[in-house]
Amino acid sequence: MSATTAVSPPATRQADAVTPAFEAEIDEIVTHYPVSKRSASLPLLHYWQNHFGHVDDSGLEWIAAKLGLQPVNIYELVTFYPWFRREAAGKTIIRVCRTLACAMAGSYDVREKFCQATGIDPHHHHHGFGIAPPTSEDGKFSVEFVECLASCGSAPVALINDTLHENIKAEQVPAIVEQYK
Amino acid sequence: MTPTFTMPPPHPKERRIIFENISKPGYDASLETYLAHGGYESLKKALTMKPVEIIDTMKAANLRGRGGAGFPCGAKWSFIKYDDGKPHYIVVNGDESEPGTFKDRYVLHYDPHQLIEGLVISAYATNTHLCYIYIRCEFPDAAKIVWNAIKEARAKGLVGNNILGSGFDCDIYVHQGAGAYICGEETSLLESLEGKRPYPRIKPPYFPAVLGLYMKPTIVNNVETICHVTHILRIGAEEYAKMGTPGDGGTRTMCVSGDVVKPGFYELPAGAVTLGELINDICGGLKPGRTLKAVIPGGSSAKVLRAGEVFKTKVKDADGQMVEKELAMLDIVMDASSLAAVGTMVGSGGVMVMDDTRDMVWALNNLNQFYAHESCGQCTPCREGSLWMSKITTRMLDGGGREADPKALLNVADNIAGRTVCAFGEACSWPTQSFLAKFPEEFADVAKNGPAQANGTRGGH
Repeated sequence: MSATTAVSPPATRQADAVTPAFEAEIDEIVTHYPVSKRSASLPLLHYWQNHFGHVDDSGLEWIAAKLGLQPVNIYELVTFYPWFRREAAGKTIIRVCRTLACAMAGSYDVREKFCQATGIDPHHHHHGFGIAPPTSEDGKFSVEFVECLASCGSAPVALINDTLHENIKAEQVPAIVEQYK
Repeated sequence: MTPTFTMPPPHPKERRIIFENISKPGYDASLETYLAHGGYESLKKALTMKPVEIIDTMKAANLRGRGGAGFPCGAKWSFIKYDDGKPHYIVVNGDESEPGTFKDRYVLHYDPHQLIEGLVISAYATNTHLCYIYIRCEFPDAAKIVWNAIKEARAKGLVGNNILGSGFDCDIYVHQGAGAYICGEETSLLESLEGKRPYPRIKPPYFPAVLGLYMKPTIVNNVETICHVTHILRIGAEEYAKMGTPGDGGTRTMCVSGDVVKPGFYELPAGAVTLGELINDICGGLKPGRTLKAVIPGGSSAKVLRAGEVFKTKVKDADGQMVEKELAMLDIVMDASSLAAVGTMVGSGGVMVMDDTRDMVWALNNLNQFYAHESCGQCTPCREGSLWMSKITTRMLDGGGREADPKALLNVADNIAGRTVCAFGEACSWPTQSFLAKFPEEFADVAKNGPAQANGTRGGH
């Protein structure tokens, strides 16, 4: 190919960034499922998403190949389970519980305050199917409603990254967001 | 890695078995701490027993499943034929997602070894050598803590090959879900564990005990149920059964949320309290100036009860004759059979309390949105019907109600229940059916006159 030919920059494929150490971790996870490798689909998606932030096409293909499956077998999981996404989300993901006990304790208000504190349009709701939740322009935050987080006795609650925040009062929200900036 | 949890002192009616250790100051999730509190003694005892004796012990203890369906645990295990030459599996259901339920969260985070011990005992009783603990991914720390506990137990010869020199082998792994409520349904959970979309399987023929994980005999039990196995061997079946009511032994963790002064989880002997005692004595009653309006007694899928309702129930009188007796709503005993007798269920033990400030159309809409979001979409009546119900209640709250709406809602609900592969069809219909039956005037009013006020607590979309 001539050096003068205009080419678009190579798209980054997550699979190109897989290291031997990463693959060794993956191989270890697969050993948890001695009867059927396919059972490792969800764990591998979790591991991939935790590492890369989301799962792109190359990720679907890489995981499928690793488990001896077709990419569609992985794709149908990413589009079903609300946890997985095919697009980048914010660095900090705020998941506010929407269901009855939290709603009675003010979670609609809490979610709106989280949107305001992070600069996200509160009218923008998350619809799943692998689409990223509403994300702030600086890429720092995503805010979404999720269904029952199983902490109804300390409602309203929000799962922020891996940490559960309980008994949240709307007026505390800016200070909570500040911790993650 | 091993956080501690501070529990309030127990109410005199409480009897802590599952939460006994967690309520001790400084108790953490480490194996060292568990052993210092007598941990793994039940396992040592179990390994000296015949497997069938352990199953008989569970039957004698009247242990019922704590996940929602309340199936007798010993009977479930008996479906597994010990020597059928097939591999068996046990999968612990730690997908805890029924709105109103929040007990397993605390077990998994703060005392996981009682679960692991119970699981190894259960495996020994049913000739099982591979177990999975399915934990919802919204409990990321719990998955790490339980996995760490398994590794600790393995290092001490309590899990893995030749457990405590008995020759019995059992491996345990943690498997994380991915945010889908339907995975709490046992056959859906198995599909999920097989790496597929979690569409529930039709029963028959796919009873887990016959055609379960990888089409092999499988037991699926709730986290709390498996923990009870550990404690039954420690306490003794007779003593354990005595704590509860006939047919429903031991303690049951009731999770109370909503409009009470002290929401939280309370471990109570099965049938020890009435609904009124639970709300007013244990949970400190309603907030000042409020009156009770409604209670969902067993997780969001359980049929709602209206304050002041009086039920006609049949009880045995002194001469053993069945007589009809009136029973006030607050006098309902919180156990499986009493709640079933008034047309609802103890389910997963999630009690949601609503006071007089709550709008029942709003409350139902919140649940309808939950079920519309969580229907897996496999069966048309549920996939379409749950969404229709949610759209109708949302429209009613948005001021677009029509007089025919209550009837339309009921028509949709009546055509889902009983027409789906799994119990989600019932779970999503029962709220609509019961809210409409118990609060018809509120629905008629909103349908005709629009929402009471734009009160800022409406459903949203």
